[in-house]
Amino acid sequence: MSLLVVDNLALSIGDTPILRNVDVGVDEGEVLGLIGESGSGKTMTALSIMQLLPQAARATGSVRLGGNELMGLEEGRLCAIRGNDIGMVFQEPMTALNPVKTIGDQVAETVLVHAGASRREARDIARETLNRVGLPAAEFPLDRFPHELSGGQRQRVVVAMAIALRPRLLIADEPTTALDVTTQAQILELLRKLVDEDGVGLMLITHDLAVVAGIAHRIAIMRDGEVVETGDTTALFGTMHHPYTKALFAASAHVPHRHRRPAPGPGQTPVVAVEGVVREYPLPRRTPLAPRRSFRAVDGVSFVVHRGENVGLVGESGCGKSTLSRAILALDPMQAGSIVLDGEPLTGRGGASQAARRKMQVVFQDPYGSFNPRHKVERLVAEPFHLLAEPPAGAARRRQVEQALEDVGLRASDADKFIHEFSGGQRQRVAIARALIIRPALIILDEAVSALDVSIRAQILDLLADLSNRLHVSYLFIAHDLSVVRAITDRVLVMKAGRIVEEGTTEEVFKNPQHPYTRELIAAAPNLERAMAARQAEGRR
Amino acid sequence: MIVEETPAVEPRAELGRAALRTRSLVAGAILTLVFIAAALISFVYTPYDVTVLAIPNRLMPPSPAHWFGTDHFGRDILSMIMVGARTSIAVAFIAVGIGIGLGVPLGLTAAANRRSLLDEAIMRGNDLIFAFPALLIAILITAVFGPGAVNAIVAIGIFNIPVFARVTRGAALSLWTREFVLSARVAGKGRVRISLEHILPNLTNLLIVQGTIQFSLGILAEAALSYVGLGAQPPTPSWGRMLADAQTMIGLAPHMALIPGMAIVVMVLGLNLMGDGLRDVFDPRIRRSRS
Amino acid sequence: MVNFLIGRLASLLVSLIAASVVIFVVIEVIPGDPASYMLGLNAQPDTVAALREQLGLDAPALQRYFAWIGGLVQGQFGISYTYRVPVAELISDRLWISLPLAVYALVLSTLIAFPVGIWAAARRNSPADITVMGATQLGIAVPNFWFAMLLVLAFSITLRWFSAGGFPGWQAGLFEGVKALTLPAIALALPQASILARVMRSSLLETLGEDYIRTARAKGLSRRQTLWRHAVRNALIPVLTIIGLQFSFLLAGAIIIENVFFLPGLGRLVFQGITQRDLIVVKSVVMLLVFAVIMVTFIVDIAYAIADPRLRRQR
Repeated sequence: MSLLVVDNLALSIGDTPILRNVDVGVDEGEVLGLIGESGSGKTMTALSIMQLLPQAARATGSVRLGGNELMGLEEGRLCAIRGNDIGMVFQEPMTALNPVKTIGDQVAETVLVHAGASRREARDIARETLNRVGLPAAEFPLDRFPHELSGGQRQRVVVAMAIALRPRLLIADEPTTALDVTTQAQILELLRKLVDEDGVGLMLITHDLAVVAGIAHRIAIMRDGEVVETGDTTALFGTMHHPYTKALFAASAHVPHRHRRPAPGPGQTPVVAVEGVVREYPLPRRTPLAPRRSFRAVDGVSFVVHRGENVGLVGESGCGKSTLSRAILALDPMQAGSIVLDGEPLTGRGGASQAARRKMQVVFQDPYGSFNPRHKVERLVAEPFHLLAEPPAGAARRRQVEQALEDVGLRASDADKFIHEFSGGQRQRVAIARALIIRPALIILDEAVSALDVSIRAQILDLLADLSNRLHVSYLFIAHDLSVVRAITDRVLVMKAGRIVEEGTTEEVFKNPQHPYTRELIAAAPNLERAMAARQAEGRR
Repeated sequence: MIVEETPAVEPRAELGRAALRTRSLVAGAILTLVFIAAALISFVYTPYDVTVLAIPNRLMPPSPAHWFGTDHFGRDILSMIMVGARTSIAVAFIAVGIGIGLGVPLGLTAAANRRSLLDEAIMRGNDLIFAFPALLIAILITAVFGPGAVNAIVAIGIFNIPVFARVTRGAALSLWTREFVLSARVAGKGRVRISLEHILPNLTNLLIVQGTIQFSLGILAEAALSYVGLGAQPPTPSWGRMLADAQTMIGLAPHMALIPGMAIVVMVLGLNLMGDGLRDVFDPRIRRSRS
Repeated sequence: MVNFLIGRLASLLVSLIAASVVIFVVIEVIPGDPASYMLGLNAQPDTVAALREQLGLDAPALQRYFAWIGGLVQGQFGISYTYRVPVAELISDRLWISLPLAVYALVLSTLIAFPVGIWAAARRNSPADITVMGATQLGIAVPNFWFAMLLVLAFSITLRWFSAGGFPGWQAGLFEGVKALTLPAIALALPQASILARVMRSSLLETLGEDYIRTARAKGLSRRQTLWRHAVRNALIPVLTIIGLQFSFLLAGAIIIENVFFLPGLGRLVFQGITQRDLIVVKSVVMLLVFAVIMVTFIVDIAYAIADPRLRRQR
């Protein structure tokens, strides 16, 4: 018998329909992967199962847990079920915990609310649960506060709160999206272990096909509030029926086409030469008289980007890659080292001459925050003209802006619009147009596609590859997502704790990682092909 | 974190329509405009001349001849209210002007030079002024330098400066970390240019809302100062002084105390409603959660 | 935590010193010659000279400043020119009216504001909430001295439950004293309570939108349990700061209110001092009031750190 059966679920908020004909199910001991891009309705489905919908929401259909109908059940009974029979893990571990209560209290609360246990019993269960999720007593006593834990550790606490009473169903909504690759692997491993040990049914909601391919027994794909395809994972990947499934899969595995580059000639000025850069942050003093300590975010980094090549800089959060990129962009001063851009040196004090700034531009991660909401697109794209000795004006300026927009796949008439009239992917195109317009030697792309949906991401990567081929501009591509870096770079640098631990051509580093950290990173990264191959091997047995 | 593909900010036309839909904004604007209109009209016409005393008519309750009655000197209270509106509005408005004119540049400078000595100095200066109860500063200044409308403006204005400086600095600091400002820095623009081109224009909504709040506080402060005799001096009518005069006769002629007080309440209420409404209109998140 | 305390204490001292300098400069230096200011325009030159000598005004400003600070620290506030008694005596008499009044008003406003704010936030956008928002809008718009007049009109003149002003002294009994302070405290409390209720409501609404509230519901807590165990407690923290700020407005309002009700408190003292040009009294009382505000800010900072564990350890 199925543990969870959702039958013909429909949801609307006010006048807007959100979900239509949603049919999903999870068995005991089974992992269901619910996949969809943003706006597909997957989170709303989860909230509908938990009956935690916003005030204005109207839901119809059936949600049965272990044969009992949840839809329309009165609130008191639902409270008894939540946390006890169904546990839920949310996406943002940094904000999911009450900052003023200890982790012990928060996990024990689940027990106290349901089981009528005494304080002492609840604390014992909390301790045991925290041990189960990999937070042993020695380092993580019950009186720790959330702000003393890292993101991955907080997520473990959230999982502990959800499973403390050994529920039959666990719903995890994008549990690892906000986490590092290695931490993500650990959390997924934890979830898999819980499914194996407790026989709990897991509904894993994510946008990442690779994550799901490794861990899910069955997959359901959602789009625009409907389930478009469901099936056994191996079977589904072998034979995809719905065109959207095929498109999603293609986009996830997409590798843009790039020309073979000629090797750089000897004596050619490198696009950027970074030598021994050190960047330190002062830390607050422990006592007024103690010496001032500092934190080394970048610890003696050196590398070169040659003309015509694209270089990737990979590392997890906190490794210093963003700090390094800010130093190259001359936004922050360096404490030691030198950076030379196409022959023009940076002052090192957080400033740069116009000549140096002309050689580089940047595309940031957040397509919404990158633009002043009050300026029109023409003004936004033309901003770098400020750096030219003789900036174009009037009609000439307008022509160049229009050309830049067309280069990135937008229309010339878009120059008169405001930025809020564009979608996320389109805004990144505008950002790329702005970066390209003065033909810099180097464009730094700082997590430029990380915030985009998979299908949009594929389009932008195509655009970047095309521009790189045509315009001979070099990229420094900073990312935490290895698959993206692999697709678009010639060489890759792996960074950890402020140092470059490995360097080499992209293919070499991926096929033959030398440094243990690189190996760990590659092994942890969800890899669609690898998971597929494993499944197929399993299927044949 | 994956951002949704749909845009999050609404275009200008939407803003205008939303403004009309927001009831508090409309109500507040109407109330405020009534008083502003009364003040302006008083320059060319008032039902009676407020400089003429008419003792035989003193302390008359509201009637068709005198809609709000007369005071202890026989002056028509409606006319007094209209002329008094001039004082209140002028004092509060100029005081807000002083606050914005000096406070906003200070706040922008502090944010643009974060953690420097300049920033520290401005912050400490702010804290220092905040350590003094607002009305106390006003009383001190008007007492030491002499009572009168001009000194009242200066006194209230002085307290507005750190308010605007603090609000500006706070909002500007968060804007400085935004990526479009980083892009401007990468495009080679300097701090002053960025403050004027990027930071300030994105603060106007906040400043408008804060301005209406400070305006309403200014009305209350001017009334308090006039009440204790430190605001505009006779023969210039002012609402606060009308209340002081009314106090001794409150048993005999309650209308003398009720009317000016209600004028203050309605004007301040109108401004606050307007401020609330503007805040709702400017923040798309609040609007969406209402629908 | 120690680091934090030391930092705050240092900040406190700096503020006190800076405030004292400002007070000294504004009161003694700016009017020109304090002696002739105090005596007025028609004073005889030798009277002025005598006063100058008596007050030690011939010494350089810096020396006078340190003399004054030294005196303050030892509890010597100088001798009032108008009353010819030590200012410290005047202050201590009146402190026993102003301090209870301030506390009374603070307690009243908190007792009203918190339940109202929580109640409104828990029923967001309902008719109850809208009524509360409307009432608080009105409360903020009412000048407290006018409200005081209306209270006197209603409860003293018409109903005769309270006297219209004056203070019988604490010797007349605790009940009589509190009764005399009641109308003034209500007048002071009304606008404060309105502001505080709105702040409480908005802080609670913001807290209710946080992720950890959703987590609590997912654990099986009912709406009410979530509200009280997670939301209200966290929402109170920023409200604390507001109460601290409110104290400064309370003091300012008290100055006016004491005049309306003829209460012989510190507010009236500073007022009389200003009108009588008794600079010695004014200097000392203003310094005292500012000291109170700075102390309250300090206490609020400490309370904030105690309530929010994130602030306790500087990492």
